[in-house]
Amino acid sequence: MSLFDTDELVINMGPQHPSTHGVLRVVLRLDGERVVDADVVIGYLHRGIEKLSEHRDWQQIVMLTDRMDYVSAATNNLGYCETVEKLMQVEVPRRAKYIRTILSELQRIASHNLWLGTHAMDIGAMTVFLYNFRERELVLDLFEEFCGARLTYNSMRIGGLPLDIPSGWARKVSAFCDLFETKIPEYEELLTHNRIWIERTRNIGVIGGADAIAIGLTGPPLRGSGVPRDVRKDEPYAAYDEFEFDVPIGRAGDIYDRYLVRLEEFRQSLRIIRQAIDGLPEGPVVGKVPRLIKPPAGETYHAIESPKGELGFFIVSDGRSNAPYRMRVRPPSFCNLQALPRLIRGHLVADVVAMIGSIDIVLGEVDR
Amino acid sequence: MSWLLPLVQILVLLNAVLIAVTYMVLLERKVIAWAQSRLGPMRVGPHGVLQPIADAIKLLLKEDITPARADKWLFTIAPIMSLVPALIAFAVIPFGGHARIFGRDVPLFIADVNVGLLYIVSITSIGVYGIILAGYASNSKYPLLASLRASAQLISYEVAVTMMLVSVIATAGTLSMVGIVEAQLKDHVWFVFVQPVALVVLFIGGLAETNRTPFDMAEAEQELTGGFHTEYSGMRFAMFFLAEYANMIVVSAVVTTLFLGGWLRPFPNVSWLGFLGLIPGWIWFLVKCFVFLYVFIWIRATLPRYRYDQLMRLGWKVLIPIALMNLFVTAILKVWL
Repeated sequence: MSLFDTDELVINMGPQHPSTHGVLRVVLRLDGERVVDADVVIGYLHRGIEKLSEHRDWQQIVMLTDRMDYVSAATNNLGYCETVEKLMQVEVPRRAKYIRTILSELQRIASHNLWLGTHAMDIGAMTVFLYNFRERELVLDLFEEFCGARLTYNSMRIGGLPLDIPSGWARKVSAFCDLFETKIPEYEELLTHNRIWIERTRNIGVIGGADAIAIGLTGPPLRGSGVPRDVRKDEPYAAYDEFEFDVPIGRAGDIYDRYLVRLEEFRQSLRIIRQAIDGLPEGPVVGKVPRLIKPPAGETYHAIESPKGELGFFIVSDGRSNAPYRMRVRPPSFCNLQALPRLIRGHLVADVVAMIGSIDIVLGEVDR
Repeated sequence: MSWLLPLVQILVLLNAVLIAVTYMVLLERKVIAWAQSRLGPMRVGPHGVLQPIADAIKLLLKEDITPARADKWLFTIAPIMSLVPALIAFAVIPFGGHARIFGRDVPLFIADVNVGLLYIVSITSIGVYGIILAGYASNSKYPLLASLRASAQLISYEVAVTMMLVSVIATAGTLSMVGIVEAQLKDHVWFVFVQPVALVVLFIGGLAETNRTPFDMAEAEQELTGGFHTEYSGMRFAMFFLAEYANMIVVSAVVTTLFLGGWLRPFPNVSWLGFLGLIPGWIWFLVKCFVFLYVFIWIRATLPRYRYDQLMRLGWKVLIPIALMNLFVTAILKVWL
C-alpha cells in the first residue's frame, strides 16, 4: 500500500435523507465529490397496491389509486376510472368530463407547486418553497370544498363523479386562476434569471431527446429534452380535445429546461381551467352505470398525462368476479427514475439532489 | 487595580455578545419568516421574544451524544475551537471611542493593538479548523465530505479577502482598528467611498467565512444532512451554532469599522449636523452593524446555494483578480497622490 492510497467512498443516500423526496435510497460511489457510479434502490414504500386491487371491488380501487402518487390523487383517480370506463364502454357525461379536466389541471398546479418548492429548497432557495406551499394550500382548499379531502381525494367514480361541484365553486376557481397568475412571476423573479440558479441547473443532467425516448422518460423530463409528447394532445382524454393549449418544450434537456417547461405548464394549466370554467356545460355528472360494476372479459390499456408523465393503467377483467383479474400500473415516476443513475454519473454530490428534484418522483408511485 | 477594568470589560462584552447572538437567531427567524409570508416564532413570550431563552434551555438539557467510533478528544475540542476564535475576535473591535462611566475614562474597546486587523484575520481563520476537525473526528461520511468542502472553501476566499484588507490598510496607513476609524475622521470620508470594491469583495468573503447562504455548502442540509454538525447534539451543537452567528457579528463589525467609519456619526466633519453627535458612538456602531446583519439574513432568504467548485471558481477567477487590481490601483494612487 502506497503512502497516499486512494479509495472510492461509498455513501448511502437515503432511505432517510432530507432531499430524496421520500424513501428513495441511492448508493453513491464517490471519487472526492464526483459521482463515479450510482445505484438506485427502491421498494421501501411498497404496499402492494396492484395485488390489493385484485381483491377489491371495482369502485373501491379508486381509493387505492389515491395512495399511489399521493400528491396528485385526482389524476390517479382519473386514469383508473377512464380505463374501466373504456373497458365497459360507458359514456361519461360532458359536464363530468369538464369537471374532471378542471380537477386534473388544478392537481397539476398543486403537484408542480410541490415540485418547484422542494426542488428549489434542495438547491438552497428556501423562500420559493414557502411561496409555493402558500399557493398549493389554495388549491387544496378548492379540493376540500369539492370532495372534503385535501390529499387523498377519492374524487371520481366509474362513469363520472360522486357529486356535482358546490355552488360558487367555479367562481372560486376562476378567482384562484387570477390570483395564481400574479404569483408565477414571484417564483420567476427568485429563480429564472438568478445567476446562482442558472449556474446550478444549466448543462447539469443533460439528456438528449433520442436518449430520453430510449430510456422511456415521459412528462416534463421528456419535453425538457425537446420531444413534444403530451398525452393530453396526442391521445386526448377527458375533455382535452375541446381546449386550446400549447405543449411547452425545452431545448438542451438540462435541469433548467425541465424547470422552464414546468413553469410554462403552470400557465397552460390556467389557460385550460379558464376555458373549461367558461364553457362548463349543464347536465348530470354520472353516466349510465350499472349498480354492480362487472366489466366484460377483456383487457385494455389507457394512459393519461399525470403531472409527472404518462400514467397508464393496464386492466384485465375475467368478466366473472367483481374485481380485476390483474391491474398493472405504468407509473411515470418509476420509469423516469430509471434515468437517474445515468444522469448523475460524473456530476457532484450537490447535483445529485438537484437531479432527483428535477425528474420529480413520488416514492408512493414508484413502489406502489 | 489596572487589571480590574479589562476584566470587567471582558465580562460585559462576552455576555453582551452571547445575548446578541441568541437574539440574532430570533431576528433571523423573524426576518426570514416575514420574507416568506409567515409569522415566525410566536409562542414563547409576545411575538416570540423569549424564544432564544427557550432554545438555550432546550439545547442545554439535550443529551450530549458522542458517537462510539468518533475521535473523542477531537470531537470535544472541535466545537470549542470554532466558538472561541469567534468570541476573542471581539477583543480588538472598537465599539466606540472613550466614554465616562462613574467618573472614569473608559475605552469602549478591550484592546487597541497596533496589528488589530492582522489579529482578526488570523484569529477568524482558526475557526474553520473547528469545522474541519469536527468533520474528521465524527468518523462519518457526510461530515467528512463537509470538512473537505470547508477546506476547499477556505483557500478560495481567504486570499481575496486578505488582499482586500491590504488595500484598506494602505488607504488608512495603519493596522490598528481604532487607528482606521480615526483615519476616516482625519480624511473626512468613510472608506466605503474610497474602496467600494473592497467592501463588496470583503462582504462576499465574509459570507463564505461564516458559512452563510449562498456559500453554506459545508453545512448544506439538503445535500449533506447538516454537514459537519451531523453527529453533534446538545450544547456542542449549540457551540457551532453560536460560532456561526458570532462570526456574522464579527464580520459585520469589521466591515463597519473598516468602511462605515465605526462609531463615527454620519458626516463627522460637517459641523451643522452636530446634533447627530448627541447619539452616543456605540449606538451608531450597532446601527451600522445591524445593516450588515440584516443583509446577511436577507441574502439567506433570497438566494440558492452555490456548488463548492463554483465557489472555488468564483474565488480564484473573479475575486482574486479583482482584489489584485484593486490593490494595484490603490498602491499607485497612494504613491502618486
